[in-house]
Amino acid sequence: MRLPACLPVLLLVGTVLLPVLAGLAGTLLPAFGHLPALGAAGWSLDPWRQLLATPGLGTALRLTLTSGFGATALSLFSVALFCAAFHDRPLFRRVQLWLAPLLATPHLAMGVGFLALAAPSGLLARLLAPLLGLDRPPDLATVNDPWGLALLLGLALKEAPWLLLMSLAALNQTPAARLMATARLLGQPAPLAWLKVVFPLVYRQIRLPVHAVLAYSLGTVEMALLLGPGNPPPLAVLPVRWFLDRDLAMTFPAAAAAILLLALTLAAMALWEGVAALAGRAGRHWAGSGATSGAIAVRLGALLLPVLLLLAVGSLGAVLLWSVAGPWRFPDLWPRRLDLGTWAAQREGLLALAGATLRVALPATLLALALAGAALEAVARHGRAAWPWLLGLSYLPLLLPQTGFLFGLQVLLLQLGLDGGLPAVLWAHLVFVLPHVLLVLAAPWAALDPRLARSAAALGAGPLRVLCTVKLPVLLRPLLAAAAVGVAVSVGQYLATLFAGGGRFATLTTEALALSSGGDRRVLGVFATLQAAIPLACYALVLLLPRWVWRRRAGLRAV
Amino acid sequence: MRGLVLQQVVLRLEGRMLFPPLSLQVAPGQVTALMGPSGCGKSSLLAWLCGTLDPALTGQGRASLDGADLTALPPERRRLGILFQDDLLFPHLSVGGNLGFGLRGLPRAERRARIAAALAEAEMPGFAERDPASLSGGQRARVALLRVLLAGPRALLLDEPFGRLDAALRGRFRRFVLDHAAARGLPVLLVTHDAADAEAAGGPVLRLG
Repeated sequence: MRLPACLPVLLLVGTVLLPVLAGLAGTLLPAFGHLPALGAAGWSLDPWRQLLATPGLGTALRLTLTSGFGATALSLFSVALFCAAFHDRPLFRRVQLWLAPLLATPHLAMGVGFLALAAPSGLLARLLAPLLGLDRPPDLATVNDPWGLALLLGLALKEAPWLLLMSLAALNQTPAARLMATARLLGQPAPLAWLKVVFPLVYRQIRLPVHAVLAYSLGTVEMALLLGPGNPPPLAVLPVRWFLDRDLAMTFPAAAAAILLLALTLAAMALWEGVAALAGRAGRHWAGSGATSGAIAVRLGALLLPVLLLLAVGSLGAVLLWSVAGPWRFPDLWPRRLDLGTWAAQREGLLALAGATLRVALPATLLALALAGAALEAVARHGRAAWPWLLGLSYLPLLLPQTGFLFGLQVLLLQLGLDGGLPAVLWAHLVFVLPHVLLVLAAPWAALDPRLARSAAALGAGPLRVLCTVKLPVLLRPLLAAAAVGVAVSVGQYLATLFAGGGRFATLTTEALALSSGGDRRVLGVFATLQAAIPLACYALVLLLPRWVWRRRAGLRAV
Repeated sequence: MRGLVLQQVVLRLEGRMLFPPLSLQVAPGQVTALMGPSGCGKSSLLAWLCGTLDPALTGQGRASLDGADLTALPPERRRLGILFQDDLLFPHLSVGGNLGFGLRGLPRAERRARIAAALAEAEMPGFAERDPASLSGGQRARVALLRVLLAGPRALLLDEPFGRLDAALRGRFRRFVLDHAAARGLPVLLVTHDAADAEAAGGPVLRLG
C-alpha cells in the first residue's frame, strides 16, 4: 500500500498542534469555571472576578508590557544599528562564530549569570566599589527592581544574539552588496544607506523571529522569577504561582490569568504590527527625502549591541566564577580562593539531575530530527502533494505564551492520569523542540541541489539509498546544528517540564529555579553552569565534528 | 526498435504546455542535439526522462529504450546516464567513492580495478583517494563522465555539460565525452543553447520552443 505523500507533514504538525490545541481548550474551560474533575460544571465569571480582585494586577500587567516590548525593541534596535554601522567590516561575518556560546546558553543560566553580574553584591558593584567608596553591597534593587528593568535587560542579553543570527541569515538572501553600492553612489553615507535600503528587506524576513521574541518576552516565567520583582510579579508568574498553590480552587483564577496573558500577547503582536507599519511609512519618507545627516547617531547606537554581548559574555563568566568561588568578601573583586567544594558536595544530585535532563533532551531531539527530516524529505520528493503549506503551523508554539496552553495541557494530563511521566514531559518538550529544529533544517534541506539526488538516482540508487548515502551526509552540518539546537531548547525548558511533569519531574532547570529564591548562590551557580555546559558541549561538538569528519573534503568544510 | 525513442512528449506547468508535443528517435551511437533558449523546458525534458521531474511539473507521453518502456520504471532502474552543467560530484565522497557509487554487486577487488582502469584511461592515475574539491575543473568534469559510464548506462543524456568550461577545455572535454559514447554505441541526447556544441555532435539538430 502506498502511503499518502502528506503523511509525514501531517504527523509533524499533529505532534505539535495536538497538545497546543488541547491545552488551549483545557485552559479556556476552567477560566470560565468549567472543570468537572474539581466538581465545577457549567460556566461562570467567578475566576475572572477573583483574578481582577488580585491586588497589584495593574502593576503586573504594566511590568509584563514594559519588559516585553522593551526587550524586543532593544534587541531589534541594537541589532539593526549594529548591522548598519559594521556590515562592511571584515569581522562582521565572523561574529556568527562568536555568537554560538551565547545562543547555546539556556535563558535560565544567562539569567543567573546576569544576577551574578548585576546584583548589589555582584561583579559590577565590586568593580565600581573603589570608585564609589563602597564597603558593603549598595542598598539598591539593581535586580528584581520594581520597574522590571533588570528583567528587560536580562531578556535582551539572550534575544539580541538570536535576532542577530536571524538577521545574518536573512542578509544572505538579499542582494545587499548591489543595493548598498547603488545607494552610496547616490550620495548616502554607508550606515544610513544600510538602514534605508537593506534593513527593510531584512526586517521582512525576520518578522517571525521578532514576534517570537515578543511572545517569549511577554510570557517568560523563568526569567521573570529570576530577575523580575516578586510582589506583584509580572503577569506570567501569577498562573504558575497559583497552580503550585495547595488550594486546588486556585486553578480557576490561574486559568483566567493564563487566558489574560494569551489575549495580552495577541494584542501586543497586533500593536507591534501597527507600530511597525507606521515606522515603515516614516522610514520610507525619510529614505525618499534624501537626507544624509544622522550617520554619527547610528554609529553611536551601534555600540549598544557590543555592550549587550559583553554583558552576556560577562554573565557567562560570572556564573562560572560563582560555582567555584570559595569565601568571597564584598568589595573583593576576586574570591579568596577557587575550589570545587560546591561541585563535590552536590555531585550526586547533579549527576542524577543531568541524567534526568538528558533522558528527555536526547529522545526529544532524535524524535524531532526524524519527524522534521521525514516531512522535509516528503516535501522535496512530492512538492505540493506533501502539503508543505501546513508546516508553517508548527511555528505556533513559538508565537504563544507557554502558559496559555501548557496550563490546560497539565489539567488534561492530570485527568488522563498521564502527568508526571516521561512520555508526557517528552511530548511537551517536543512541542518546542520541533519548531526550532525545523527552523534550522528547512532552508538547507530546500536549498540542496536536486540534481545531486538525480545524479545518484541515474547511477542506480533507489530513494532510500539516495537519502542515506548522499543527502544525509551532505546535510550533516545542518543536521548536527539542528540537534544541538534541539538539545539546548529541551535543556532550557522550565514550564513544559513543570506542568507536564506535574511538578514532580526534576531536571537541572526546575531545580535551579527552585534554588533561585534564597538558596545558596554557589549551589545556584553550579546548577546554572551545568545547565549551560550541556548545550555548550553539544554546540562545540557541532562546530568540530563536521570539521573532523570532512577534514579531507574541502567542498564540505567551508563556513 | 533499438535506441532511445520519444513519442508525443508534453510537459505542463500549471496546465500550460512548455513546448509542442515532441517525438524523436536516437539510434545507438548517434547524437541528437536539442536546441532552445533557456527556460524552454530542455532540462525538464531530461528530468522527465530520468523520472525525476520537479513535482510542480507534469509530463505525458511515451519514452522507450531499446524497445522497453521507461516511464513505468523508477529512476534508479532506467539505466540512463546524465551529465549536468555542474559536475555534481558528491562532495562527501572521495573520487574513488564517487566512481564506485554506481558500480554495485561486484567484488571489492574488481571494483577497485575498474575504478583504477577508468582513472588511468582518463589520464588521472592514482586519483581514487583524492578529495573532489582538490581537482581542477577539467578533471572534475572527466570524473563526472567516468562516474556515469561506470554505472553501465544504455543511453546518455547531456544537459549542457560543456557550458561551464573555458574555451580550450571545452573542445577537449566534448571530444572526450562524444568519443566514449561512440565507443560504447550509446544513443546520446544533448540539450544545449550553443550552436557549436550541436554542430560538433555531428548528428541531427532539433529546435525546441
